[in-house]
Amino acid sequence: MRSFDFLMRQRLAVGLVFLGILIASYVAVVVTEYDVVKGFQSIPKAVIWSSENFYPDEKSLKRLPKIIAKMQETLVTAVTATTCAAFVGFLVAILGANATRPHWVFSIVSRAIASLFRNVDVSAWSLILLFSFGQSMFTGYLALFFVTFGFMVRMLMETIDLSSADTIEALRATGASPSAVITQSVIPTCMPQFVSWTLFMIETNIRSATLVGILTGTGIGNLFDIYYKSLNYHAASLVIVVIVIAVLLIESVSNAIRRVVLQ
Amino acid sequence: MTPPTQMSLPRRPFDRSIALMRFIVVLLFVLTLYGFTALETGGVNMADAWSMLADNAATLFFRPALANVTVSELLVSLGVTIGLGFLTTVFGAVIGFGLALASALNIAPVWLSVLVKGFTAIVRAIPTVLWVLIFAVSAGLGSVAAVLGMTFHSAGYLIKAYAESFEDVDAGSIEALRAGGADWWHIVGQVVTPSAMPALISWTFLRFEINFSTAIAMGAAAGAGGIGFDMFMASGFYLNIREMGAFTYAILIFAVIMELIATRLQTRQTHR
Amino acid sequence: MPVLHVENVRKSYGGSSFALDGVSFSIEKGEFVAIIGPSGAGKSTLLRCINRLIAVTSGTVSVDGTDVTKVSNSGLRILRRTVGMIFQHYNLVNRLTVIENVLHGRLGYKSSLSGTFGLFSHAEKMRAYELLQAVGLSEQIYQRCGQLSGGQKQRVGIARALIQDPTLMLCDEPIASLDPNAAKIVMDTLRDINQRLGITVVANLHQVHAAREYAHRIIGVNAGKVVFDGPPSLLTLEIIQQIYGSEAQDLMLAEGELHA
Repeated sequence: MRSFDFLMRQRLAVGLVFLGILIASYVAVVVTEYDVVKGFQSIPKAVIWSSENFYPDEKSLKRLPKIIAKMQETLVTAVTATTCAAFVGFLVAILGANATRPHWVFSIVSRAIASLFRNVDVSAWSLILLFSFGQSMFTGYLALFFVTFGFMVRMLMETIDLSSADTIEALRATGASPSAVITQSVIPTCMPQFVSWTLFMIETNIRSATLVGILTGTGIGNLFDIYYKSLNYHAASLVIVVIVIAVLLIESVSNAIRRVVLQ
Repeated sequence: MTPPTQMSLPRRPFDRSIALMRFIVVLLFVLTLYGFTALETGGVNMADAWSMLADNAATLFFRPALANVTVSELLVSLGVTIGLGFLTTVFGAVIGFGLALASALNIAPVWLSVLVKGFTAIVRAIPTVLWVLIFAVSAGLGSVAAVLGMTFHSAGYLIKAYAESFEDVDAGSIEALRAGGADWWHIVGQVVTPSAMPALISWTFLRFEINFSTAIAMGAAAGAGGIGFDMFMASGFYLNIREMGAFTYAILIFAVIMELIATRLQTRQTHR
Repeated sequence: MPVLHVENVRKSYGGSSFALDGVSFSIEKGEFVAIIGPSGAGKSTLLRCINRLIAVTSGTVSVDGTDVTKVSNSGLRILRRTVGMIFQHYNLVNRLTVIENVLHGRLGYKSSLSGTFGLFSHAEKMRAYELLQAVGLSEQIYQRCGQLSGGQKQRVGIARALIQDPTLMLCDEPIASLDPNAAKIVMDTLRDINQRLGITVVANLHQVHAAREYAHRIIGVNAGKVVFDGPPSLLTLEIIQQIYGSEAQDLMLAEGELHA
């Protein structure tokens, strides 16, 4: 009888969770003024519209060199922001990780900084940075840098504590200096994860850079915005094709790298 | 312990993994240097801009104040953004669950898996903002386009995450049920879903955090309303840094609460 | 002068209870001492107080006449390099090769700069190679530590400790994660180090039979207190029960199985 009760109670709990999600969804629909019927109708409409208008035609192909140039600009911004943020993030993570911190105060400060930079969305950072840096690539670079930095600090702090606490203890026991402990134990242990997270953030940031570009008037995002607003949908769709190719290419390269590095 | 025999140090063999890692680090370093030369700053005086940023940051964080919206309007905006994040997570989870079953290699046929995985890779490659703008052409700018566009990306992400969680389920326990004569539905319902459940929950929660951020961005860049739109107005229209501060705090407070809950749930695994 | 002198050491991790509660003993040069006791008795804490990986709350620990608890940071480095340590989970950098891990044992002798950049002399590399030959790992010197078996890893750990030229070797549960075969090789190596090189060995052991077989002297610890200190011949069944409390029954069974 007891196991039967248990199963019943479990089912009841699952049912309640689903009911809760359903109610919350209803509330969300009301608050966001989301029109469910229109939503369903829009999907076939969008498909029909896309097949009629949203494909690259011959005329748009002439814009390909310009699109590729802007794509390259965006890629470089994303990579530069990511690598710089990863590097600075690693330093801060070493100061903040339980296993390597000089003092516990550093942990709290690092965690707070990471939380601040990561939890304010990249679009919000862009809007804030626009005040002082204006519409330029540098604004986008900084916005991506901030968010990536916050993410890296948090992830690398976890990585350091999870993977190198043991070896740090062993090297301390040999009388190694604190800097030797970091270069001989923390860095070799965390390097593969570090490279892997950096590649992951490069992938993410290429997509984010498109969004940031719309807000800061630069790169591929801005180009899409221009074509889109001038109703030049053929060219806009070509932009999307280029983005898809670039993202898939970089994803497959970084997956291949990851396989070798993480082995 | 045996006494030493050979007296010269053998040569170190080549290690592919270490060599590749060094190459990647050098490559990224060179790319970054090039990036700095290519990064245009729009003719802004950097020294001025940095000191202005310092001023702005001080104003933003230490003197936040609302001006063009009231507190209750701010709360409604925050509600809209949270609502967008929540709805697209729920939709993404439902679609994601179904298609993940069709793409996890241990329970789906290979051809179907390749098809679904290829399709979702393309869906994920397109930035969310572009999905929203595409839907906005037929649905108009607003919550419908935002929900549809964000759902696409959200589903694409969750299909991949769920499928990987399903694939991590112990092959032995699936085999055991199969040996007992269970059909596909039994295996999905009795082994795969319950075993993967903790992973599914943490992925979904993680995606909710992402969708909340995305909802802010869609308000700012694709007219989806909510707090993102308010920020966009404060930044581009009213040029009010103090109001930006208030919005920033609103976002931060919610995001940090979510983060604390996530740490509590902490079954979250590292995602690739 | 004893190599190691521990006097009235107490350690509390906050709260009212003590992980170590007034521990005192002295160890002479060349002894092989096993510290036994149930899990959570404070064995690991005790060992780590000796090279100050953990700071004591009160009491003194002296190694070769130097008071570990009062020594300055730079003095601590000098002291630690004469104290080798091996660990239950080996604590090797798995991504690095065997020889690189062994060379880590020289870091205590390096300036911050050369240690940071991992600059080791040819003589040091040769010494590492010799030690690896001595522990039977000459074929594996360029393998990554992650690819080794547990027993091999522990032998790398021993080589890393030996390259420090230690006078005292601390072993924290060196065989707890090993199968009986690998455990025997590791314990034989430790005995060899003790007898041939004259290095004092202090080992935490969970297994009573290993302690009996290898140690000259056994210290029994329970709830942070020394409850037995004497040669293996005096370790009677009653005393084992006293040291291990309720765990004793299970322990006896496991030991019986091992010897059956």
